[in-house]
Amino acid sequence: MTAMNFTLEKLNNYQLFSINEERLDAHNSSALKDAILHVIEQGETQIIVQLEKVRFIDSSGLGALLSGHKNAAAKAGKLVLVSIQPQVLSMFELTRLNRVFEIYADLTEIE
Amino acid sequence: MNMPVLQVDVIIPNQTKYLDLIGSIGERIAKELDHYSGDKIALAYHLNLVLTEATANAIKHSKRNDPKDTVRILIHIEDRELNIKVYDHGQGFDLETVPLPDFEHPKADGMGLFFIRTFMDSVTYSKLPNSNVLEIIKYL
Repeated sequence: MTAMNFTLEKLNNYQLFSINEERLDAHNSSALKDAILHVIEQGETQIIVQLEKVRFIDSSGLGALLSGHKNAAAKAGKLVLVSIQPQVLSMFELTRLNRVFEIYADLTEIE
Repeated sequence: MNMPVLQVDVIIPNQTKYLDLIGSIGERIAKELDHYSGDKIALAYHLNLVLTEATANAIKHSKRNDPKDTVRILIHIEDRELNIKVYDHGQGFDLETVPLPDFEHPKADGMGLFFIRTFMDSVTYSKLPNSNVLEIIKYL
């Protein structure tokens, strides 16, 4: 099992995943996908993924976040993204996933 | 003025932990292209991404149960042509049957080849006698 370095904490009504990796790729994205799914299956469906430290994302990283978004939405919850680096954001824009996710500049913008 | 020839030939075990290494090589190469007139920071990200996606694809299609299996990545730059060849020993696949992502109904997989096609100028996949090769070209 590949390790994914992240912290998970409660923030108001949300479960906050802070990713402590520079890369989100095919090596570690399935671990993130599984961790998010685990939280959703425990009934926590309001999720924030903080991406400030992530400076590279590939298709599997986008896929892991999309999977989390779909799993949360299926249980009337949501998964939002904060603090995305510009080059990582450009991957969301290219795939039009910026229209799928709620994206915030920082945590203070989330109610 | 022509760019000097630059070639990097790497063989890695069939494991995703090496994606960082391969992507980083692409990023560093982009920064060494003194004669490239475009956005080098963007090119660095794109080469990192393309090499990561192509290598992950080769690992996915290789013989998963054989720990001795390897993926070879050959990067060659000459006369303003950047040529990447990624060799795998798997069953292979038909590049032409890989569809474009459905942006209105996005799925968690299937975006890798879209990225490669978007950022590079030519992509082909061929069967060789003892392996398959994904060949990617970008004109600098």
